[in-house]
Amino acid sequence: MYHKEKSIQIKNSASALYNNLSVLRIAPRRLTHFTVVHANMVNMVSASWDGLNYTHRQLQSKEPNVATSTSLIMQAAFCVLPSRDLLVVTSQKGIQMYESDGSIMVYWHALDTPETPTAQAVFARGIAAVYENYICVGVSSGAILVFDVPSKGSNITLSEVLEEHKESITDMASECSGSQECIANLVTADDGGNLCVWKSGEEFQLLNKIPGFDMSCSSVKLWKGTAVAGYGTGQIRLYEAVTGILHAEINAHARWIYSVDIAPFSGLLLSAAEDSLVRVWHMTITPETNSVEVAHLHNECVTDTQICGARFCDGDGYAFAVTGYDLSEIIRYIQS
Amino acid sequence: MSMRTLPLVFINLGGEMLYILDQRLRAHNTSEDNSEKVMNDIVGTMFSKAFMDELLKPQQLYSHRTMKTVLTRLAHASIMRLNPASMDRLYELMVMAFKNQVFLCLRPKDLLLISYNHMDTIREFVKDTPMAVNQVDETHRKIIEAYSSLSEGELQLLRQTLLTFFQDMHVRVSLFLKDQIQNPNGRFALTTSGPVPHGTDVPGLIRIFDCRGREVRRREFPSGGSYTSSIREGSFELHGNRVIRLGMNMYTVDHPEETHTSRAPSVKADGSPNPLAKEELNLLARLMGSMKTENKPKDESGFRINLFNTDKEEAEFLVQDEQAASELARIAGQFEEEEEEKPEKPSNNKGEELLAMMDDL
Repeated sequence: MYHKEKSIQIKNSASALYNNLSVLRIAPRRLTHFTVVHANMVNMVSASWDGLNYTHRQLQSKEPNVATSTSLIMQAAFCVLPSRDLLVVTSQKGIQMYESDGSIMVYWHALDTPETPTAQAVFARGIAAVYENYICVGVSSGAILVFDVPSKGSNITLSEVLEEHKESITDMASECSGSQECIANLVTADDGGNLCVWKSGEEFQLLNKIPGFDMSCSSVKLWKGTAVAGYGTGQIRLYEAVTGILHAEINAHARWIYSVDIAPFSGLLLSAAEDSLVRVWHMTITPETNSVEVAHLHNECVTDTQICGARFCDGDGYAFAVTGYDLSEIIRYIQS
Repeated sequence: MSMRTLPLVFINLGGEMLYILDQRLRAHNTSEDNSEKVMNDIVGTMFSKAFMDELLKPQQLYSHRTMKTVLTRLAHASIMRLNPASMDRLYELMVMAFKNQVFLCLRPKDLLLISYNHMDTIREFVKDTPMAVNQVDETHRKIIEAYSSLSEGELQLLRQTLLTFFQDMHVRVSLFLKDQIQNPNGRFALTTSGPVPHGTDVPGLIRIFDCRGREVRRREFPSGGSYTSSIREGSFELHGNRVIRLGMNMYTVDHPEETHTSRAPSVKADGSPNPLAKEELNLLARLMGSMKTENKPKDESGFRINLFNTDKEEAEFLVQDEQAASELARIAGQFEEEEEEKPEKPSNNKGEELLAMMDDL
């Protein structure tokens, strides 16, 4: 179904972090940006579609104009809003937002770090762009910061802090089907496996809380009102977000899942874990009849590699890319 | 990232160090008295209350240079003397062994079982010295207290912090290559077979439910591997069967060539000469200060241990290390406050102690 394409070499290896690959397809310029986190820096590669040009850039996490040591980065993700695209980088020190090509930092938000270190780690993790002009970022305390993003310029403001989760945020996702009809448009996940379902607005509204079973949910997506969650046990669960009804449960992987992704136009689902396997599934979701169907389509094994990032490169799922711990390349697969 | 890595790092790296030293001491036909003394001295220092309490404070994981410096000092708490090249080789072995254990452990909680395996074996090494056994037990209790309440998610964060620490290290270890734990390119083997972790189901099943939670359909899919159900869980108590083998002593049979390492081609050596950040030197000073060391003049009847077989090999490594050692001494000099030229008198000045330690390297 898929075969391996030429890999893209990156300047350093990927770190063992959840969701450690972000992809932004820029059709008008016929290129795709990829970002991979290595310790305290973000490796960005822009690949032209003809496969001839690769531009590299490296971003470090630090406060602007401060010469202090950089901090470890937890995640980097592209945020696509109606009016603009931004690259958001979260670390132990704070949150940075860049123009999507990584050229200029437009915003910095520092996290409250205690004077003397506490046993509880402090960091930001979990990034999502939410309709209509919000970027949400999770924090290790469980809080979710909601930023209001103007259509251009750097006048980004912190609009709200949502305090519902009690454990560290792991990942979050906004509704990706493009449908405006979905009531819920954000799902957030934490280290206890708990999912919160929200409706965005001037004041975000909590629609539902789906309890976890004390097992971390490391990656989550929202499609056609269905929350697709990957867990540390290697399970994937599909929940109807607003009601919390469990539609499907897959014993998908033998180790901790690090990434799930959905191709919204085709309903393809991608899952990747520390067991070195990437799997492709197909979901059929009919909200009207409340029916969900999941079929397994394909496996790829990245030998001897604990995978830390996997993403479709386009909305149909024609191609996907994979990163692994200690690996200095982005491996690509396309449909045969 | 995690602020709780240091105690586990020292117990596991220290444990690996003791395994290797034990094997080398036997390979050199060292007298039992000397061997026992070396073990007791190192274990006594490593598991001392002051040192452990310092490690248990929440703090960041520091650089390899700091780790290596503290571990060298630990090794020198005994009458044994390791030359810098031997210490480098020893450090590589220790780190690659621990990296392998962290990489392969089935689930984050197994990190604790790996640590307990190390502590169990260390207890065996010093079993004839009740005071040392007590220290290990006390430390074990503190570790149980500090880590038992952590969730799997928090332990995974700890594991991810350790993996970042080990990132890009691909030193080939002859024992690992022989047992095919490691590939010729220095990367560890990861099989798609064997038991699944405790709490995980064997992959291969899709279940569909209706709105009332009843299963309406189930289907199987090919997992691409040959997994089996999880084995029984190991004990997290002070004593007990840990079940997993990661963290146990690999060097029990006397094969001198097995402490050989070699660099994989085109891999950079550990750490470009980065000046040690001030925080790191402060940590170093605190850790050194908390280590109870007996004041022995340098040329007492200590004995040297060598991890190399030929002078030529040693010479190759020494060239690389001189640069690093002088860099460290220069940096230590920058932070020193006053000069005290009285090596016999126990010094309260942490900078002086640090510099004295640098000279030993």
